Formats: sequence, C-alpha cells, structure tokens
Amino acid sequence: MKRRDFMKNAAVFVTGVSVSISALELLDPQEVLAANPELRWGFLVDTHKCIGCGFCVKACKIENDIPLEANVTRTWVERYVIKKDGDVLMDSPKGALNGFTNKDIDQNRSGMKKVDDKDIAQAFFVPKLCNHCETPACVQVCPVGATYQAKDGAVLVDRSWCIGCGYCIMGCPYGVRFFHPIEHVADKCTFCYHRISNGGNTACAQACPTGARMIGNLRDPNDPLTKIVMGERVGVLRDEYGTKPQVFYIGLNKEVH
Amino acid sequence: MKNHVWRPLFVVIGLVVCILTFRMFYIPDDFGAQDRGYTFGFHRLSNEQEWKDYTAKYKGAEYCNECHFEKVDSLSQSQHEMIQCENCHGAAFDHPENPEKLVIDSSRDLCIRCHSELYMPSSGRNDIPGIDPNQHNVGTECSECHNPHNPSLEDM
Repeated sequence: MKRRDFMKNAAVFVTGVSVSISALELLDPQEVLAANPELRWGFLVDTHKCIGCGFCVKACKIENDIPLEANVTRTWVERYVIKKDGDVLMDSPKGALNGFTNKDIDQNRSGMKKVDDKDIAQAFFVPKLCNHCETPACVQVCPVGATYQAKDGAVLVDRSWCIGCGYCIMGCPYGVRFFHPIEHVADKCTFCYHRISNGGNTACAQACPTGARMIGNLRDPNDPLTKIVMGERVGVLRDEYGTKPQVFYIGLNKEVH
Repeated sequence: MKNHVWRPLFVVIGLVVCILTFRMFYIPDDFGAQDRGYTFGFHRLSNEQEWKDYTAKYKGAEYCNECHFEKVDSLSQSQHEMIQCENCHGAAFDHPENPEKLVIDSSRDLCIRCHSELYMPSSGRNDIPGIDPNQHNVGTECSECHNPHNPSLEDM
C-alpha cells in the first residue's frame, strides 16, 4: 500500500468510527429518562429506626400473594451483629417473616450461634428490597422482553410473557428476584405499583411501626424522601456494580452488602 | 437458475413467511421499545396497567376509622399508636363484606416480634420494653394481662 493510500484510508476510518460512536451517544438512557421529569419512584430505608419486627415482610407477602410459608420473599430483614473482636454475624430467619425473637443467630451449616451481650459492639437490622435500579442488570438480560422498566422507574415483570428462564434471577446483584412457586414466573418487588400508582403507600411502609421505610418521588424537590436523599448522608447497596440503585439507606455499614 | 437451487429456496421463503405471519398474530400491538429504550423498556405496554389494577389487601387505619373510630381513637392515644390496625387484626381485604369478620392474631409470637428482648445497640430495638419469652409467664397470652390498645403498665 502506498503511503498516500494509507493516510487516506486511516482518515476515512477515524472519521467513520467517530461518527458511529457519536450515534451511540444519541441512545443515552439518561436522555431517554429525562423525557419523564415528573415522576421517578425512589425508596428510603432508615436502618436506625428498624426494630426487626418483620411486619413489613408479612404485609408484603399477604398484599402481593406470595405464599407465607414458601422460602421466597420480595422483601426481607437482615440482622447484623458485629462483635468486639471484629467478627460479623448475619442472619435472616425466614426473611424475618416472624420477626427476630431469639438471641441465637442462624449460621447455616455451623448451626445456631449465641453471642454474649457484652461481646457485641454493634447490632442492627437492615431491611432489603428491590432497588429498582436506574440501569437494571436483570432487565438487560431478559431474552424475551418480559421484564422491563416503566417510565417512572419501576422494574416490573410481565407474567404472561415471562418464560421462566431465570436469567434475571441470576443477573440481579442483590438477589431480590425469585421464582414464584404458584405463578411459575420470575417475581420481584414492584414497589406495590398498584398502591403507589393509585395514591397509596407501599404495604411494607404502611405496616412499619417506626417509619423506617418510605417511598417517594425523586423528581419532586418537596417530597420528604427527596429532601432526605438530597440533603442528608445516604448510601446505596453495591454501588460498584454500576446498576445505580434507587433504594437509599441511612446508616449503612461497610459490613452490609 | 437450476431446479436444485429453487426448491430449497422456496422452502426457506415459505418458512420465513410462516414465521412472520405467526409473529404478526402472536405479538401484541403494544409490544416494543417504550420510554426506556430497547435495553430497559422493551415490553408490552399494557402490562403496566395490569400491575396498577392488582387488588390491594391492606386498607390502612383511615379505612378502619370509618366504622371503628372509637377503637382507632383509643389506640391513637396509647403507646401503641404507631402500630397499624391490620398488623394484628389482619388485612382488611373487602371487610365487612368479604370477609365478614377478621381473625385477630393475639398470639405471643405476634407480641414478641417487638417485645422479645435482644441486645441491639445502634438500633431502635433497644428502646422498646422487652422480655425473655422463655421466662416471662410462659403459656399465657400476653393480652390476658396487657391491653394491646392501651399497654401502659401503670393502668394494669
């Protein structure tokens, strides 16, 4: 190849590549999202307030027809006990469906572990639920378009369209998805879409006696949730996955994932 | 072109036409990339409305207050005012039509969700009066001594 031809081809190639990359920019999800500036559902969990009663789990299961005794749940509460020697113990018996009523901590294969009160440095509860991420990994992997994100940010599953392949259950970094034992499709927290879309509160937030859970509109600067998320120090779970979770936590520890 | 080229080609064209026709009838009209683009918004739009139409079971204290205002009022003046009626009385569904009567959960298991004593510093659990359920009047229901609508120990 002559030097002149090489220079010509290189120029054409560079121009072509830069044009096609700029075309990708046009499909930026942020821009698509900006088309809906009025409503974006978000959630706030105050771990200081959670007392581990598990009323949220029970209410969620009844509200959304998830069998009570089945070992699956849309929301659950974890107990963290951090000992003075640095050991971290965590458990969530039945997802805290019946709350935490026992000092024994379930350590799976190692059995129940009793921790003496005077050895405990910190102990607290962390409620978990679907993060309704800005860029949900579970939606991206769905091969049939059964799970999706609505305009207002809620990540939902189309039960008539889901083929039950389980990719989304594996894809979620937070493990909030499961296989519904009766519907035989992937299932997850909907932020109680039927309640919040009709002006109500989520079943879990309504059942919570201490106000540890709160749903709100992140696009409304006067929403009590938005005021806290914008004005106070809040954290999210597993930020490093790049899913941009929209469930915010007050009082997160590095031990909580 | 020769016959042996055309024949399989017809089969392929026939298959493609069959698949496209099936697709036309099978895939709903509102299926496609919606507001969140192909990556996150590829779905059947009417499913959003289906989720919005899901039946709510929990109705909230305001709903209870429409008839049982005396009970709601007495509870709201007690230390248990932050507890929703339906947490103990069960979800309302379409009460009073269906079910006519709600089943009250007055078991010890319900009370010790909050009142079983755990050592939880850095959590609100520590501020709640707690008992050891294995020591404290085993075998009796809590409501035999404590009034759940007015649990103040002074009035006992």
